[in-house]
Amino acid sequence: MADQAMAIRKAPLAGLRGGSHAAILTPAAPASRISLRAAKDAVPALSAALGVTLPLRPKTSASSGKRHALWLGPDEWLVIDEDGADLMAAAASSGALHSAVDVSHRNTAVIVSGPGAEVAINSGCPQDLSLGLFPVGACSRTVLGKAEIVLFRTSEDTFRLECWRSFSPFVFGLLSEGAEDAAH
Amino acid sequence: MSGVNRISGAGRLTPARTARFTFDGRTLTALEGDTVASALIANDIHLVGRSFKYHRPRGILSAGAEEPNALLDVSRDAARRQPNVRATVQEVFDGMNVSSQNRWPSLAFDVGGFNDLLSPFFAAGFYYKTFMWPKAAWHNLYEPFIRRAAGLGVAPTEPDPDHYASRYTHCDVLVVGAGVAGLAAALAAAKAGAKVIICDEQPEVGGALHYDSGTVVDGKPGYTWAQETGKALAGMDNVTVLTRTTAFGYYNHNFVGLVERVTDHLAAIDKTLPRERLWQVRAKKVILANGAIERHMVFANNDRPGIMLASAGRTYLNHFGVSVGKQVGIYAAHDSAYEAAFDLKKAGVAVAVIVDCRERPGEAVLAEARSLGIEVLTGHSVVNTTGKLRIASITVARNGGGGARKIAVDALLVSAGWTPSVHLFSQSRGKVKFDAATERFLPGTYAQDCLSIGACNGTDDLQATIDEALAAGELAARAAGAEGGGQVALTGQNAFEWTGGMIGAAEGAGPDTTVKAFIDFQHDVCAKDIRLAVREGMHSVEHIKRFTTNGMASDQGKLSNMHGLAIAAEALGKGIPEVGLTTFRQPYTPVTFGAIVNHSRGSLFDPARKTPMHAWEEAQGAEFEDVSNWKRAWFYPKAGENMHEAVARECKTVREVAGVFDASTLGKIEVVGPDAAKFLNLMYTNAWDNLKPGRCRYGIMLRDDGFVYDDGVVGRLAEDRFHVTTTTGGAPRVLHHMEDYLQTEFPHLKVWLTSTTEQWAVIAVQGPKAREIIAPLVEGIDLSNEALPHMSVAEGRICGVPTRLFRMSFTGELGFEVNVPADYGQAVWEAIWARAEPMGACAYGTETMHVLRAEKGYIIVGQDTDGTVTPHDAGLSWVVSKKKPDFVGIRGLKRPDLVKDGRKQLVGLRTKDPKVVLEEGAQIVADPNEPKPMTMLGHVTSSYWSPNCGRSIALALVAGGQARLGQTLYVPMADRTIAVEVSDMVFFDKEGGRLHG
Amino acid sequence: MLLIYCPYCEEERSELEFRNAGDAHIARPTNIAEITDEEFEAYFFLRDNPKGVIFERWRHIHGCGRFFNAARDTVSDRFLTTYQAGEPKPDLNAQPKTSATLETYDEALEGAAQ
Repeated sequence: MADQAMAIRKAPLAGLRGGSHAAILTPAAPASRISLRAAKDAVPALSAALGVTLPLRPKTSASSGKRHALWLGPDEWLVIDEDGADLMAAAASSGALHSAVDVSHRNTAVIVSGPGAEVAINSGCPQDLSLGLFPVGACSRTVLGKAEIVLFRTSEDTFRLECWRSFSPFVFGLLSEGAEDAAH
Repeated sequence: MSGVNRISGAGRLTPARTARFTFDGRTLTALEGDTVASALIANDIHLVGRSFKYHRPRGILSAGAEEPNALLDVSRDAARRQPNVRATVQEVFDGMNVSSQNRWPSLAFDVGGFNDLLSPFFAAGFYYKTFMWPKAAWHNLYEPFIRRAAGLGVAPTEPDPDHYASRYTHCDVLVVGAGVAGLAAALAAAKAGAKVIICDEQPEVGGALHYDSGTVVDGKPGYTWAQETGKALAGMDNVTVLTRTTAFGYYNHNFVGLVERVTDHLAAIDKTLPRERLWQVRAKKVILANGAIERHMVFANNDRPGIMLASAGRTYLNHFGVSVGKQVGIYAAHDSAYEAAFDLKKAGVAVAVIVDCRERPGEAVLAEARSLGIEVLTGHSVVNTTGKLRIASITVARNGGGGARKIAVDALLVSAGWTPSVHLFSQSRGKVKFDAATERFLPGTYAQDCLSIGACNGTDDLQATIDEALAAGELAARAAGAEGGGQVALTGQNAFEWTGGMIGAAEGAGPDTTVKAFIDFQHDVCAKDIRLAVREGMHSVEHIKRFTTNGMASDQGKLSNMHGLAIAAEALGKGIPEVGLTTFRQPYTPVTFGAIVNHSRGSLFDPARKTPMHAWEEAQGAEFEDVSNWKRAWFYPKAGENMHEAVARECKTVREVAGVFDASTLGKIEVVGPDAAKFLNLMYTNAWDNLKPGRCRYGIMLRDDGFVYDDGVVGRLAEDRFHVTTTTGGAPRVLHHMEDYLQTEFPHLKVWLTSTTEQWAVIAVQGPKAREIIAPLVEGIDLSNEALPHMSVAEGRICGVPTRLFRMSFTGELGFEVNVPADYGQAVWEAIWARAEPMGACAYGTETMHVLRAEKGYIIVGQDTDGTVTPHDAGLSWVVSKKKPDFVGIRGLKRPDLVKDGRKQLVGLRTKDPKVVLEEGAQIVADPNEPKPMTMLGHVTSSYWSPNCGRSIALALVAGGQARLGQTLYVPMADRTIAVEVSDMVFFDKEGGRLHG
Repeated sequence: MLLIYCPYCEEERSELEFRNAGDAHIARPTNIAEITDEEFEAYFFLRDNPKGVIFERWRHIHGCGRFFNAARDTVSDRFLTTYQAGEPKPDLNAQPKTSATLETYDEALEGAAQ
């Protein structure tokens, strides 16, 4: 197999750009991700092993550099490493009882940024995204039209919006229409 | 001049800013800001349509959303055409085309008007009674005839070229209606610091202040105050002012649907703008300030063009600067109509008479009328009208008869009083209560967190309305958590205090059964129809409504409900509250399909899920089929091949050489944790604790009722980690089903579930040459039969990327399923294809997959099972553990019906003529000569032409099937009866040797 | 569209994020393989479908993923309370109502004033 070229990676939204001056849509770069499940008592060990403190409050996240841990449920986190580090190995090194499943390729992400980001996302998402209720760092699994998404606010006017790869054209399309309306 | 009826110096439109439009082909001039109705009246056009049933000439009745008559066809180009637009709501734009509806050949001479002469035959319930017999005539005679004759407007035939936008939004306080009450409430809430949305259906705020010329608020003319306040609100960061926006529906938990008309009033459309924007508002508090709707008077021939609501006459004069006529009569049971006479008289329009059916109108208005020199006939009624296409005269008589007198008029303004607009309150499931003193329904028991203020709450006095609104606005803001300090004080005064009002028929509306005194203009329901309904035995208001269709048109009885109710109550000899009101339903006014469908059209109608290899498959010319939301490669036709030929070639090639198949859509769930095997023991019928890491097993999942729910191959990757596969369509519900049991029945188990369907691209390589194809690409996995036998799994690398490599088969051939991280799917597929193609292998699609699995008798859950099939029925008893103490479905399988003889069981069918392919779904009988209804034994579930067997093959569910092996049964079709032999389900390679090649 | 308080997310969310999962407090018998036909019928098939308060299960399927229980009035669709799976059936008389039923306009005003 030595003569075989390594397979080339092809991201589902590769090359797409979109949105409006009010809300710019950019596909996020590939990242490594795990779906992490564990009981509360495993959280300290896992936090230490991952180098990011797993949040315990609903709708909150914690970040350490380009590594983010998003609370999705009382025993569930989405851990994202934008540098593509091996999160499975890091979690395994904790020695604590947990389930880590690699979902790096299951999910893909769109970055929605601009003053109209909230409005663009609210074209299909029923959550209240005002800063009071969805501050910077807030995250939640929710819906965008007929797709399930994970929404993560990274700054006042920027959201990282994760979805399953086969839903990404739909998500990008709906966000594009929302972004256009947000410009008015 | 923008119309002969435009009064110089009157109204608020700018004379220089004109817009041209056509009405039934005639070009007319309007002013910017005109509605179609005001522009038509300005041009002295009152006749705008023909009524629904009798085709009577009809004019513009109102100046608002309640309009039942003036429904027109409005277009800007061929595709942008909309029927049934209310002329009183639609604003004129330069270049618009307007046509009347429901008339042929022309509005002035309409053949359908013949119906009016035949009207004795068209009484309420006519259709129900007449077209009952003969039954067969309904479909081919009556219904087509009625459909041609009935209906208002013609639907556009071209696709809608516009787009629509949608926004979910949240606020502390939503104020519906921007009249004086709504504005005051919004101001109070906003000053208290609440996040406020205030909406109004009109192009600008102000509500009744558009016409109510004598009102003073905060020391200013009411209209001026409203515009200033609207502007001030719009300038506040915490307030959104939405005009041209109708709150059409009040739903559960303070969820209110608004539709904003964005471009319908513009001459030139910015194509980036949505035509309409749907606002889905969740409000902590809702303040309803919907106002009230004026009622018309019910008397003989009260529907002639030129007969209008008094407030509408004032709106056209005071806002649009248009007089509704040159010789105007007033017919009233309420003081407010007098002010129309005053305004007209002061504008120089002749007021012929005020006819008041009351003996004692309000003293203030009476005195003013006298001082203006207007004749007032109290205790009189209008008993008839004349005029073919427009009112020409009224006949006035003293109440109780006598003193009849004919008075020439070219317009008649009427008012029977005001109906509080409780529609949204009622939609919120609030219960209305009847206020006997004022004869109106008012908000009673609240069901949701809302408040009604002003006219819709029965508050008449202006200062009381303002005080109520300010209090409600601030209280709502505080309750929603606002902590701002601002307070608002406002004073307001009306020119006159109003008294009076009546509901039901006035004098002259009966009891004669031939008099047409209209209640519901849009559905042509008269007072006599309500009385007829009662005589025919309808005692419930709901029955009366349906029998007469009163209030069932698109205006939902905004004008007619109260009149109809009062007449019914009188005929029934009951009080109004005992008869009761019908329930108001969403939407308040019609909403376009475009706004509702919104983004969900074209490619956004439903997510089209595509696999990582989709682009390659498309480039190869694959045909696709929909499997749940997935687009799956169905077959790969070569040039000149039809489906049958392509599938036959693919089927042969897989068994002779090999085939490559995209199996990425199969559901995948990773089950991880120390209790993973225990959990699978409970979820599947067979045992999992004895499965060694690196091995796979086929599993059947049941519901607790014992029926097959899903199936799939499960691989054990480690002691605490399983890779579960599900059917493509079953993936989400299987995960939900597993989570349900894990969270609520077996929460003590230490195990977690994660969907990995989309993490992995799955490339199935099947056929005698499968190993040879992939071997050079794979690193770190021994592919030999000894190291990786059938039903095993190993982790390693392929093309340099990680793989979970399964040795498994859904074809009965030597087979592998190569799982790679999805982003690598296409590259690995192409590498495999680069080896497979030169060896003579093919890419194959789902159709070939179906044929190959059927040749081997492998079932597809959902095709060969239907939710009433047990594993035993499906011939899968070997998958059901007899030792386990528990699994989901263990008890269900013992239910008497599930163990009794004669259940439908899956078997194979071989047609006696091997060339005949059965139809899936075809019924099976034992005796084709049995008289109908025949005893049906079951049906064909799967049927194909099998190229490898050289004959047709089929699977079927047959009663007592396993005991019928070798029997001949029959499949009766429309044109012939097909004889079949019942067989086992394996048609190819019965020994199964090829699997282990 | 309902607004449902998720006891795990500690927040009200739109119905769009949830899926109803039928009656609550129906435990699967631990000895299910041994129960009689009548017991199985009662467990699996028979439901009350009350007009009024129902105890039902919801899953925050597009949120935290958790199943939880709710007491809802099937006439008004008002949620009286929601609580985590595994917690006992609450005594609704002892529960403070999430938002009181407003009987009249005056009460509504008073409620707003509080």
